[in-house]
Amino acid sequence: MITQVVEQPGADPAGHPASVLPAAHRPCGASTSQLRLQRLALLALSAAILIVFCIISLLVGARPVAFSTAFDALFAYDPVSAEHIVIRDYRLPRTLLGLLCGAAFGVSGALIQVATRNPLADPGILGVNAGAAFFVTLAVGLFGFHAVSSHLWFAFLGAITVTLLVYAVGSRGRDGATPVRLVLSGVALSAVLGGIGSSITLLDPVAFDSLRLWSIGSLAGRNIDVVVTVAPFIIFGLVLSVCIAPSLNVVALGDDPSRALGANLVRTRILVVIAVTLLAGAATAAAGPIGFVGLMVPHVVRWLTGPDQRRIIPFTILCSPILLLAADITGRLVLFPGELEAGIVTAFIGAPVLVALARRTRASGI
Amino acid sequence: MTGGHDSAKGKLEAQGVTLRYDARTIAENLSVVIPDGSFTVIVGPNACGKSTLLRALSRLLVPSAGQVILDGKAIAGYPSKQVARTVGLLPQTSIAPDGITVADLVSRGRYPHQSFFRQWSQEDEVAVASAMAATQTTELSNRPVDELSGGQRQRVWVAMVLAQQTPILLLDEPTTFLDIAHQIELLNLCQDLNAAGRTIVAVLHDLNHACRYATNIIAMKDGTVIAEGPPAAIMTEKLVEDVFGLRCMIIEDPVSGTPLIVPKSGK
Ligand SMILES: Nc1ncnc2c1ncn2[C@@H]1O[C@H](COP(=O)(O)OP(=O)(O)OP(=O)(O)O)[C@@H](O)[C@H]1O
Ligand SMILES: [Mg+2]
Repeated sequence: MITQVVEQPGADPAGHPASVLPAAHRPCGASTSQLRLQRLALLALSAAILIVFCIISLLVGARPVAFSTAFDALFAYDPVSAEHIVIRDYRLPRTLLGLLCGAAFGVSGALIQVATRNPLADPGILGVNAGAAFFVTLAVGLFGFHAVSSHLWFAFLGAITVTLLVYAVGSRGRDGATPVRLVLSGVALSAVLGGIGSSITLLDPVAFDSLRLWSIGSLAGRNIDVVVTVAPFIIFGLVLSVCIAPSLNVVALGDDPSRALGANLVRTRILVVIAVTLLAGAATAAAGPIGFVGLMVPHVVRWLTGPDQRRIIPFTILCSPILLLAADITGRLVLFPGELEAGIVTAFIGAPVLVALARRTRASGI
Repeated sequence: MTGGHDSAKGKLEAQGVTLRYDARTIAENLSVVIPDGSFTVIVGPNACGKSTLLRALSRLLVPSAGQVILDGKAIAGYPSKQVARTVGLLPQTSIAPDGITVADLVSRGRYPHQSFFRQWSQEDEVAVASAMAATQTTELSNRPVDELSGGQRQRVWVAMVLAQQTPILLLDEPTTFLDIAHQIELLNLCQDLNAAGRTIVAVLHDLNHACRYATNIIAMKDGTVIAEGPPAAIMTEKLVEDVFGLRCMIIEDPVSGTPLIVPKSGK
């Protein structure tokens, strides 16, 4: 009955470091280094695909540009060339925004899914989108700000304010901000703000055209200032996410096991909320609520990597912009020379892919 | 803090703790000493507060009065990773993340030994490998935990706690889900670990296992300690009747010479 698997008689059941097992018995032996190589190759492949999409994003659009021209526009800029201006002023900010916002949406989705232990969670349940939309509505409706550029700060401020409010409401009581409470208070506050927001928009539908455009989500028409404004927040958020990945791995085991392993649940949750707010808030402010990226990419990545956040987050950083840029590029092509917003295309591309994957494999949990 | 304490008494103890979940008080003014180097088994009827006590001893539950002392200092005053390098806990139930492999789960037991600047080391690898060998889970290492049988899963969680390599181990019903052979195997493993110098605290429901393996038994009922001491000294027919409301006969275990509890049929 009790199979004697411990073939080396010297194996010390007390598990002291002195008993070095032969390589064949190590769980992390030869096969692991092979796996690691495989993963590195996969990571390199994702990076290569991402670079290809960045290049395509620079070249494709209502006015297609040759590769050499794009190269010159970046490195030997000629301010009188119309094509160079298109690249510098439109395609470059758009591509950079795709990179930053893609990574931000994806990673904030990955974080919120592991922190709430809910594979279907997205940053929206913390009130990020509702907060951003509500503040933009107020800006337009009460203060008459119609320029998209002014929406950026209102949206960001709204995302941060409402997430903090959700956290404050959700963390009252002895147990603090448990995932369930955060989700409940996020959903409740979002519903309330959504209701108030829609009643304001109904009062004066025409004034809110720009809001409607923003709420679809798009990378088009943002200049380099938008990129420069959100970049520091997003980069800080991404670095923070990579840093908390090891703690998240332990938190994913559940409250009791993770506390028993010495994880600081409260600190980890606060850092998650900060990272999600910065990432999703900045990205939503810049590009509008493109929610699907954060839902779908971490899912697909988990199928590739298994439930290890130290791998999920780097892969998500590379794979999310691929989806967002692909959606943006597709949007420029399907209605050529017109455009379809990236927010719409993401859902069109994302949904079938997700359904197909869900049918093929077991849905991947946290 | 410890003042006049006898050092042989123990480095983990609860001093007059009141344990409660929200409004419900589970234990009041409860004091328990875990003798250093002992194999302590906690027995008692369902819902008497055994798991709650273990949660307090591993500072998962903060007592609303009194305190838990580790190494002469209040446990609340330690950095959490330092506690996790000293006291390991196997919770009564745990749910593994979907799709996680056995090797991956066991390696997460190394978390308290790692830091941002010191991630995976040779020492971690050795600890994980010996924990898996000791629980006979080595050959499962690449299997997803959610595809294992209940008993296999239980052994994987035990391996995770062993990989933590703590001098004190708190095991909440480590033998549930295990077949009789694996139960004995696990208890033998605990005994070996204990002989190698670790302090073991286990909640067990099988009184005969408790008597055979424990060096010290704590019998609990309704959040209080009814009796405490070596099995031969405290395990009496009266104690079993007091604690469990069960009439029984106690004979000598023909194999180990320890008390053997034989329930009587009528009430
Ligand atoms: N999280 C909780 N919230 C509220 N009450 C709880 C909680 N966990 C346990 N209790 C209550 O505390 C009491 C003691 O529970 P505990 O889990 O410590 O019992 P136990 O002795 O381990 O029982 P068992 O042998 O069934 O595992 C029970 O009445 C239980 O209902
Ligand atoms: Mg219990």
